[in-house]
Amino acid sequence: MLLFLEQLLNGLQLGVMLFLMSAGLTLVFGIMRVINLAHGSLYMVGAYVAATVFLHSGSFILGLLAAITAAGLVGMLVELLVLRRLYGRDHLDQVLATFGLILFFNELTVIIWGRQPLFMDVPDLLSGTIEVIPGAPYPSYRLAIILAGILVAAFLYLLFNHTRLGMQIRAGASNREMIAALGVNIKLLNTLVFGLGALLAGLAGAMAGPILAVESGMGESILILTFVVIVIGGIGSIRGALIAALMVGMVETLGGFMLPALLRLFLPAATADGAGASLASMSVYMLMAVVLVLRPHGLFPVHD
Amino acid sequence: MLTLQGVEAFYGSSQVLFGVDLQLEAGSVTTLLGRNGMGKTSVVRAIMGILPVHAGVIRFAGREIQLMPSYSIARLGIGMVPEGRQIFPNLTLRENLLAAAANYSGSSEPYDLDHVLTIFPKLGDRLSHFGNQLSGGEQQMLAVARALMINPRVLILDEATEGLAPLIRAEIWRGLNILKQKGQTILVIDKNLDVLLRIADHHHIIENGRVVWSGSSARLAADDALQERYLGV
Repeated sequence: MLLFLEQLLNGLQLGVMLFLMSAGLTLVFGIMRVINLAHGSLYMVGAYVAATVFLHSGSFILGLLAAITAAGLVGMLVELLVLRRLYGRDHLDQVLATFGLILFFNELTVIIWGRQPLFMDVPDLLSGTIEVIPGAPYPSYRLAIILAGILVAAFLYLLFNHTRLGMQIRAGASNREMIAALGVNIKLLNTLVFGLGALLAGLAGAMAGPILAVESGMGESILILTFVVIVIGGIGSIRGALIAALMVGMVETLGGFMLPALLRLFLPAATADGAGASLASMSVYMLMAVVLVLRPHGLFPVHD
Repeated sequence: MLTLQGVEAFYGSSQVLFGVDLQLEAGSVTTLLGRNGMGKTSVVRAIMGILPVHAGVIRFAGREIQLMPSYSIARLGIGMVPEGRQIFPNLTLRENLLAAAANYSGSSEPYDLDHVLTIFPKLGDRLSHFGNQLSGGEQQMLAVARALMINPRVLILDEATEGLAPLIRAEIWRGLNILKQKGQTILVIDKNLDVLLRIADHHHIIENGRVVWSGSSARLAADDALQERYLGV
């Protein structure tokens, strides 16, 4: 039971990371109608900058601030130089151009930081454990990630539902021409939205630093799950991204933990472990398929 | 106040405006009349910077605006009520009104939420409803109120009463009359000639992308042949 609860928290933590990634991607996809494969590269930029600043200054907070600033600025630069030319283009053009950006950023990180991964320590303050459930100590750092996700979700909720900027972004998502005809600079708004999405990806990358190896290409693996999240949640929906990210995080984590054990009830151990692992890695995609059959535009469609 | 001189515009390779000349006097209500497909909406889109102008000049408040982006034109003080309403379906009625609210005319008594609700009181009961939950008439009133919330010097209404029930239509005309009395400069595109002859001061008729007649309500009302030829009345 304790192990199950621990896995539940792990699932929550993965869900939060996926939410930070998918919130930005779903905004860009939903508002600007651009498929940005390079979103994972902004996650990688965040991780590299956080690790570098942390290794030089010893301050995790400084690393975190540098990471989100760098990712936000790089994101806005990418929007200005590349994506702005892709808004009216075919999705295939967008996929090709942003795939090119992935290659560019991967190579750039190798040129700047080399091929050896960087390793970031968990900050001292968060290096211990907390007994959330009596008898099951859980790493403070992972709890901090969950807390950060909750804070970001609350911030996005307030931004989008209770500020004029949020109203304008939502209005722009449904009718760009009309909001511009009311005096809103939609190009600037797009750059800001892209910067916000990049900043959140950078935050996710920075927080993943102490958990994963910081290396070139690290953005690709999480990018695929991020796309699964926004498809399940409904493209353009922050609420959908939150719910879907938690679902995917749970299914991914609990599937890997429970399916082999479940199959052992019917199959020999070796077969059960192999089949369980295979099924676990498929489970997220099976979840996506089921959601799409029941709700073809995702759980919370925006452009229905 | 707003002048178009020799304005030409294209949709792709098809020319839709062939040298449009048009003038709006400050404080007047002017109409742009014509049958469907003659270029009325294209004129509005060209004024608003949505349809690129290939030749000609559009002057507003002493500045050439034909190359400006849409948002800059709106900020100079041109508010549009577009054909088809185009309210934001995913925003509540209140949010539709507040999202872009501004005082671009620099009025000392600008329109705000309370003020526009006195012009269209029916909207007051639906403030928390989303745009896509409103009836056609409510959406149309909202579209006019939303344009007023940026406090434009010139208000352009493109087919503001199209497809509405007579009672709702009367409500829109009542609102426009209030605005006219307050001295708001208005350009109206509509098919209700009877009402327009009463409300408007000046009329332009457009045919195949060209303004072919301009004159006062009295002249237009007196010319049955003109009405029949260009407006099919």
